[in-house]
Formats: sequence, C-alpha cells, structure tokens
Amino acid sequence: MNEPVRRLSVVVLVMFLALMVAASWIQVATAGSLNSDSRNVRTLYREFGNFRGPFVVGGDSVVYSKPVKDSFNYQRTYTDGELYASATGYYSIVFGKTGLEQTENALLAGTSDALFWNRLRDLFSGREQQGASIELTLSAELQKTAMEQLGNQKGAVVAIDPRTGKILAMVTSPTFDPALLAGHDTQAVNDAYAALDADPDAPLVNRAIAGDTYPPGSTFKLIVAAAALDAGYTPESTVYAPDSLPLPGTSVSIENYGGESCGKSEQITLEQALTVSCNTAFADLGITLGWSTIEQKAKEFGWTDTFRVPLVVTPSRLPEDPNDAQVGMSSIGQFDVRATPMQMAMVAAAIANRGRLMTPYLVDTARSSDLSVIEKSTPTQYSRPLTTEEAAALTQMMVSVVQNGTGQAAQIPGVTVAGKTGTAQTGLDTAPHAWFVGFAPAENPVVAVAVIVENGGSLGSEATGGKVAAPIAKAVMAKAIALSKLGK
Amino acid sequence: MATVATVRYQRGRGSELLLLGVSALIAVTARGMVDYNAAVLVISQMLWYTVAVVAVLLAIHLALRRWARDADPVIMPAVAALTGVGLAMIRRIDYAWAARGAATHFGQIQSMWVLVGAGVCVAIIVVLRDYRVLRRFTYTAGVLGLVGLLLPLMPVIGREINGARIWIGLFGRSLQPGEFAKIAFVIFFAGYLQTNRDTLAVTGPKILGIRFPRARDMGPLIVVWAAAIAVQVLEQDLGTSLLLFGIFVGMLYVATRRTSWVVVGLGMFLVGAAFAGSLFPHVRVRYVAWLHALDPSVYSSGQSQQLVRGLFGMASGGLFGTGLGQGRPDLVPYAYSDFIIASLGEELGLTGLMALLMLYVIIVHRAMRTAIGVRDGFGKLLAAGLGFTIALQTFIVVGGVMRVIPLTGLATPFLAYGGSAMIANWVIVALLLRVSDQARRQHEVTA
Repeated sequence: MNEPVRRLSVVVLVMFLALMVAASWIQVATAGSLNSDSRNVRTLYREFGNFRGPFVVGGDSVVYSKPVKDSFNYQRTYTDGELYASATGYYSIVFGKTGLEQTENALLAGTSDALFWNRLRDLFSGREQQGASIELTLSAELQKTAMEQLGNQKGAVVAIDPRTGKILAMVTSPTFDPALLAGHDTQAVNDAYAALDADPDAPLVNRAIAGDTYPPGSTFKLIVAAAALDAGYTPESTVYAPDSLPLPGTSVSIENYGGESCGKSEQITLEQALTVSCNTAFADLGITLGWSTIEQKAKEFGWTDTFRVPLVVTPSRLPEDPNDAQVGMSSIGQFDVRATPMQMAMVAAAIANRGRLMTPYLVDTARSSDLSVIEKSTPTQYSRPLTTEEAAALTQMMVSVVQNGTGQAAQIPGVTVAGKTGTAQTGLDTAPHAWFVGFAPAENPVVAVAVIVENGGSLGSEATGGKVAAPIAKAVMAKAIALSKLGK
Repeated sequence: MATVATVRYQRGRGSELLLLGVSALIAVTARGMVDYNAAVLVISQMLWYTVAVVAVLLAIHLALRRWARDADPVIMPAVAALTGVGLAMIRRIDYAWAARGAATHFGQIQSMWVLVGAGVCVAIIVVLRDYRVLRRFTYTAGVLGLVGLLLPLMPVIGREINGARIWIGLFGRSLQPGEFAKIAFVIFFAGYLQTNRDTLAVTGPKILGIRFPRARDMGPLIVVWAAAIAVQVLEQDLGTSLLLFGIFVGMLYVATRRTSWVVVGLGMFLVGAAFAGSLFPHVRVRYVAWLHALDPSVYSSGQSQQLVRGLFGMASGGLFGTGLGQGRPDLVPYAYSDFIIASLGEELGLTGLMALLMLYVIIVHRAMRTAIGVRDGFGKLLAAGLGFTIALQTFIVVGGVMRVIPLTGLATPFLAYGGSAMIANWVIVALLLRVSDQARRQHEVTA
C-alpha cells in the first residue's frame, strides 16, 4: 500500500500547489486590478484613513482631521463649519467631496506630485503619509462680518483685495455645516443630506459663484459706462435722459425707478445718470454705443469666461444678437444679462485697481507637514478693461453715487466710498434682487465687494439695492479698512 | 501486505522541543504584534500568555516523552505554530470589532477551545496505547459517524445557522458533530477497507483502457456517495459532503491501488454535484458566485460579495502584507472563521500565506510518511486517511476562499474559530502521533 500512499502525497502536493498559485494570482498578479476595483471599499478606507491636511484661515486650522477610534481613524472636523462651507465644501464618506476639499484633494491627501519627496521620506522613515495644509486667502473677520450682515436673508457677499485678486470673503446664505455630512454614521449623514437637499432655500448651493446667475440690474450700468468712457465720453458728457424711453420696434417703454425724472432736463451728464441710476439714459446710451461695444467691454471684465478660484465659477452670461430693444434692456442689466456675485466683485475690483483686473483666487499657500511651502499663489493680471484715466473717471462717478445718489447707505465716516446699487427685476410677482458693488477707500482701495440679497431680503418688494445691499457692503468695507489699518 | 520501508529513525524528542520553542515564539510574537498595533499591549499580560503557551507546549512535549516517545517530532510544532497564528488573528478581529463598537470575545473562547483540544489530545495519547484497538470498533465508528452526520437533522437539538443545518445545541452551546463524524468515518473506512480491500481490488470490465470494478462491489461506494449527496441536500453543507466523499475515494484508492475507483468516484461526485446544482437554488448560487464572482450583476445581488471582499482583502495584502493588526480584515464577513485565511493573507501577505500552507504540507507529509512506515494495513489506511482529511479540508476551505473551487463552509484546520473543529483536529493529531509512535517503535525493534 506504500505506492498509492506516495501517489496520494503527490496529489496533496498538487492540491497545495494549486492553492499557492491561486494565492499568487490574487495577491500579486491581479492585485492591481482588485485594489483599484470601484467596489473595493478598502480604497475608500485607505483614503479616509490617512491623515488629511487642514485648511488654515489666518493661522488657525478651521478644518482638520482629528484622530478617532473607529474604522476610519480620522474624523474630518469643521470648527466653524457654516462660516467656511462655501469655500471648503464637505468631505463625506457617503457623498464624496465638494469645494476645496475636492479641488485640493491631491495636496490634502498627500498624493500630489508636488509632495513626491515628502512621500518618499515618509516611506523610508515609516511615517504615515501626511497631507499638505492649505492656507486660504479668506479673512475670518470679514467672513464673519459678511455672514452676520446677511443674517437670515438669502444672498451672497464676495470681497476681493483689488490689488492682488485675493478673495477675502465669500459668503452664501443660507449655508450648511459640513460637519453634518462628514460624520461616520452613514444613516445620520444620509438623513442630513436629504434634509439639506430638500430645503427649498437650497443651502447646498454656493450663491457667490455657482448658484443660478442673477440679473445684475443697474450694477451693469458700470459696464455700459466703461464702454462709453472707452468710446470717448467723459463724466461730464451729456446723455439723453427722458422720463420714458420707447424701445425701438416695440410698444413698450423704459421708465426710471418709481417713474421719476433723472434730472431737471432731458439732457444730463453721464455722472448724474450713474448717480441717480437713470434707466432711460443708460438704455439709450447702450443703443447708441451698439451691442458689440458693450459685449466687448463685458468680456474684458470676465463675462462668459469660466474662472477657477480654484472652485469653478459659473460663467456670467450675455444675450446673443440682441435687437435694439433688447440692447436697451440689457444696458440696464435686465433681459438676458446674468452675473455671479463673484463677477460683480471683479468689476468693482478692476475699477478699483486702476483698470487692471486681477485673477481672483482662494488658495494662498500649500505647506507640507514640515511647514515648507509647496505651492504659493502669485497675483496675476487677467485683463486690462480700463485705462488709468478711465478708471479714475469711473471711480469719480461711483463716489458720486455714494455721496449724492442711490448708494448713500454705503457711506463710511472719514472714508471715500465708491459704489453702485442695483435693483434687478425678477418677474412681475416676485420682489427684486438688491445689489451693491463698490470699493473703498476710493483713493487707495483695499477692498472691493459685491453684495446681493435675493428678492429684496427682509424688505421684500420695497427693497432697493441702496436700502438692503448697501448697508451690508458698507459694514464689510469698513471692517476691511479697519483690518487693513491693523496690518492684517 | 505491502512492504515496509526500512528506515532508521531518530526519536527526535530534542528536535521537537527546539521546534516547539520556535512555535511558541511565533505564537507569542504574533499576539504581541496584535496587541501592540491595537495599542493595548500590557507586558504583564504578555508574560502570562508566554507562560501559558510554554506550559501547554511543555506539557504536551512531556506527555509525548512519557507515553509516545517515538512519535513524529514535527507534527506537534507545526500544529502549535498554526494554532498560535490563528489565535492571534482571531484576537485581532476582536479588536477590529471593538474599534467598530461591537464587543466580541472570539479570541478568549478560542483559547479555551485550544486548551480543551490539547487536553483531549494528551488524554488520547495517554489512554490509547495501541491504535489497532480502534479496528475493533470499525462498525461502531461507522454508526457513530452516521449518527453524527444526521444529528443536526433531528428536531429539538438540530440548529440551522447561516443556512446550513450542521449544528446541534447542547448545554447552551452549538456543536458541529460533522467535525467529529469525519474522524469516525476515517476509522470506519480504514477498518472496512482493510477487511475488504482484496475483494474491492478485483477488476471488472475494461472501458476506455481502464479496468473498472465489478458492479457488485460498487455497493459501499454508492452508499457513501448517497450519504454525501444527502448531506449536501438536507443539511446544505457542500463542504462536509465533498470532504467525506473525497476521504472515502482517497482511502479506497490507497487500499485497492485502483485508479479506476478514483475515476468512478470523481465521476459520480461530479454528476451528483451537477445534479444538485440544477435542482437546488442554494447550490446553484454557489456555482454562479464561483464562476462569475466579479460580474457586477452577481456581485450586486450579494451572491459573491463575501468571496470578492475576501479577494479584495488578500489583494490589499500583496506580497508582504499590511502587518498584523494593520489591515482591515474585518471588512470581510466571517474574517475570524471561514475566511480567516483571507485575513491572514491580507496582514501577512503572500509570504505569510505560503508559510502557513507549507505548515499544512509538512503535517500532511509527516502523516503520509507515518502511513508508509507503519506495518499493518489498518494503520496505513488510518494515517493516510487522517493526513488526507487535513489536506482535503484545508484545500476545500482555502480553495473556496481563493476561487479554486466553489466556496463551501468548513473550518480551516487549527486556524479558524470554532470549538468542534479545534477539538476534532487535535484528536486527529493525537491519533497521528499515536500511529507514528508505534510505526517508529517497530523499526527500532527490527532495526
């Protein structure tokens, strides 16, 4: 019986060889495809289980990964979640990543090529892979001020340093707390998301850059005025400003806000037209200048272009081939003209920066775990929509708006403020959107802002940009100037 | 009677002690790493564990010196190493569950079963001085085996857990009588085949160049085949079914030296398996999950999720593994029992897995050596049968996890959590040691 026992031993050897081949096949030969399989939750756990870099605002970590005793090892923690949600987005095991958590993922997770040497060092020293920290351009104080000012009104505030393009504040209201979606209790996260998603006020939408774009209303008159200056007009040039302007080819007429007259006569200066936000004057001016002139100017200010700050900013829109009547409506920021609050802040910033538009950005510096700088943003000029003289002329007119016109609520004692209000019609039955764009101090601007309050905010149909949006802009600008004096 | 290979043996008790030291080191280090990586390493506890491991292994060693001084010196160290690694991994899964908020105590319970198993092993070596006594109980063993298989089907005591009716409830604990039945069957087959091997070896008609057995001798094979099919259908236990039938065919081959029995046996099993697959949905699901594990529709229906998660785990381990306590074996269902080999593959890597598989090869190889060395036919069949049982059981469960064959539920010998399997496998070790002791002593006398 020894021979069959020996043969049986050979059979057993073959059986175990088969197991060893199978093990090699699984663990080495096909390991790559198994590891990258989308159904493999280990990949998710590995990513979520690594130390992820923090977001830093003004030297404080506002979002960071806290070690916890559960299967993910780290809990993404948002110290002031609602305040920075519009920038950071969320980092959820169920719903993935949004905002800067998504765009900066490679740096935060430590997988970026820029971190190659750090990774290599961690590998040899046996340290856990460490993500980079991301320092934001946002100012905590400005962000808080803007948020308090908006209160429970729907809308957005964007503040930019016009000299660099740094985004100092980006607030959307209502917003949400990313911590609700970053939990490790799947059920709770699902419930929280469902509630946010079902909220009619759409708190998950970032109104500052990526909500439904808004009709800019009278704030668009800045673009028409810039086009006019480019075409040889001066603030003292006279423009035609009737009480009612019939639109060519239609039976409709444009009237001024509340049916008022823009001046003592039908001929007023361009400065006066902007100061009182004269609809008939700008509609006529737009038709006179021609659409291509205005379109060209708007594009120089950034319209129709997609900006990545690095969050994607929805391109602001212009009408295609409008007829004269539509050009008239477009010139006062109605019809098919649409803009994001970010776009309007860029308009103010370009005028403030002597006609040079700086590309806006949110991420200042990325640092590796040993605090060495991996990436640092440098200010870059996007375009030059105005000459220095044109910018000065437009600034002079905007100062007049705040001193004598519709924007008086934005006055700051001891500071010259330049601005423009807007009250954009949204339909027959809904209250208008209230806008204010501006910058301060006019002589040496440190901040440019755009404020929108949807559907008149707390004032409803009584609202105008001057009444609702201007005070918010005033508070933000005053705060920015105060911080600037402190050297922050 | 076959010839007996005349090899001069050394007793090797000294080598055994040395190897047991290595096994103890593996067991203690594995547990130390697990505790360290779970951040609960307590030096005093580690010392106590070391003392316990050394004490148990030393007790077994001394018992062998006293009552089986010629027993094979390699089997026990290999078994001890496997058991030690298994204990560490089960403890590690407890920690993983604790981190997820579920308190499990599989590690502590398994330690108790290991103690009971080792105790039973020593007791058998002390009480059973001559394995040939077992031949007297050939038919008793056969009946006991059958009863063991059928017990789970009884009302009142039978228990169905996870779809398989292979458990009985006794004194508040669940017991898998099938694990013990397999030993009874090996004893029965050895006795029965030793008596009838000459008849069964007579050949019948020649078909396709192979001489087939006479139809009238097919009776026993058909009975075992029917029993295996019954187990598969009534208890939904494909693993035990395959194991039983495989053991019988293997031992039949050893007894008769007729390849034709293997051909007939395998053919019958394949027919039976195909038949079961087409008739019973729960069997078919296993086949589909095996063949199309990564297919999105099969995966999303949940049929192959456990299998694929095991593959994901092993793949993440790669060549060298994540390190004990540093992977995520708890993401695989039954990571401490049926899928413990996937957990080990993940944390110890292909390298560790190869080492563990080699330990099984060593144990089986030593069992086969024992079979070759022992003089009487019953002893040869018993040793070869027991060795093959360990080999086949390992192959069925590990092969199932690694997609070599369809997945069936069986305990990985010495590694997986489970009291019945732990005790039963220690009984097998005791019997192998006893047979090897006598085999080598005979040589000493004749040499």
